[in-house]
Amino acid sequence: MRVLPNVGSFGPASPDEILRPAKPWFIVLSLLLGLVANLVPVSGVVLELRPDFLALVLLYWCIQQPRYVGVGTAWVVGLLMDVGDATVFGQHALAYAVLAYGAEFFRRRVLRFPLWQQAVQVAVLLVLCALIVLFVRFVGGAILPHWTYFAPPLVGALLWPLISVLLQTPQRPSRSGTRR
Amino acid sequence: MRPIPVDTPAFFNRGPSPLARLAFFGILSIVLMFADTRYRYLENVRQAVAIVLYPVQRVLKMPGEAYVFVADYFGSKRELADENASLKQELVARGPATQGYARVQEENARLKALLDVRAQYATTATAVQVLYSSRDPFTQKLFVDKGASAGILAGAGVIDENGVVGQVTRVFPYMAEVTLITDRDQAVPVQIERTGARSVLFGNGTGRSPELRFTAPSADLRTGDRLLTSGLDGTYPPGLAVAQITDVVRDAGQMFARIVCKPLAGIDHSEFLLVLSQSAALPPRPEEPGDAEAAKKGGRGKARR
Repeated sequence: MRVLPNVGSFGPASPDEILRPAKPWFIVLSLLLGLVANLVPVSGVVLELRPDFLALVLLYWCIQQPRYVGVGTAWVVGLLMDVGDATVFGQHALAYAVLAYGAEFFRRRVLRFPLWQQAVQVAVLLVLCALIVLFVRFVGGAILPHWTYFAPPLVGALLWPLISVLLQTPQRPSRSGTRR
Repeated sequence: MRPIPVDTPAFFNRGPSPLARLAFFGILSIVLMFADTRYRYLENVRQAVAIVLYPVQRVLKMPGEAYVFVADYFGSKRELADENASLKQELVARGPATQGYARVQEENARLKALLDVRAQYATTATAVQVLYSSRDPFTQKLFVDKGASAGILAGAGVIDENGVVGQVTRVFPYMAEVTLITDRDQAVPVQIERTGARSVLFGNGTGRSPELRFTAPSADLRTGDRLLTSGLDGTYPPGLAVAQITDVVRDAGQMFARIVCKPLAGIDHSEFLLVLSQSAALPPRPEEPGDAEAAKKGGRGKARR
């Protein structure tokens, strides 16, 4: 099942395609871009629907490059997000650490699925992430948020195919190589 | 007989297991959260990380600024002429008021001197631009592009051209965090414009309108009444527009009337705001006998200063 159109070398990699190792600078850059995307000033409906881009990028690298990006990196990145969002120190850090741990658990099998089925599994992780944040805020005395609170994780899951194709493009072997 | 080695060979060694790491970082986050909410130990750390984030936030503003610049540049002549005409009209319309203003101000100053009323607040203020609003759905906060380096102090009131927006709650070197009046922990002392009755406007969180709580059902309040700051808190100068009453629900079964208000300021779309300087001319707080108790009780009321 081909989900996204395969335009030239731009398209989802097939499960048996061997990707080149990602460059560390590319990982750092993509995480930085995720953080930037999270801090873009928007308001209204866009703000309510905006997914956590940083969590998505983080999740992708936790699955693809577990030796570079793991629980520790996720935690540090979460602290940055806490400051950027002016939330309780450690709230995102905890959520991202759990996210990275979840990725560690299912990373071996998730890549065998087509992208849309991966997205469903990603949705579960992202909702879990949101639930942790919700729990932390509850302990801190927050009231129950509107149901739209769970919209961003679901939008994030819908974006998963796009994000993973974008992030894997630089790692695809060159055309002249082993293309069948 | 030698025991069989059970350690992982160095080749496969990847440090502690993910579960161990999760436990370590999880406990660390919980400690951090505790230290942050209970004791506010981590404000310095936050300041340091905020400086790291600052370039990122500046970069973010660039595309928007560039767009505005280009759009302005290509703004049609017709538009400019229209704007010019409407501005002229406005100028004329305000003529009488402005002409009388100097005289009124002088008279006011004389009367105040006569009454020995000190100037209630300094009129200096800093214009700031909104950088972005917080993603956190549990609070109502936004960030502005000036901070301690521009002389902004935590606790200062923030207004826009239509009314009160909120209060500065945290100051970083180059930016500041503003808690909006709709935040759940924010309260603004107000006065009803029509009757002069004093009350307090409580924020109600994201997506809910602020309310005047603890108001008797018999209170003289009507839909459409405007609320002004009463100036009793020393944060906001008196007389700034805050909100308008949109709904008054008087339920005989309830002890208090439910009074729903709508903020007058463009709290979620204003781009330029004004941070008021702290009122320096307030008289010193009187010594209270039960000060320690009062402080304990009032912990959650008036957002942190």
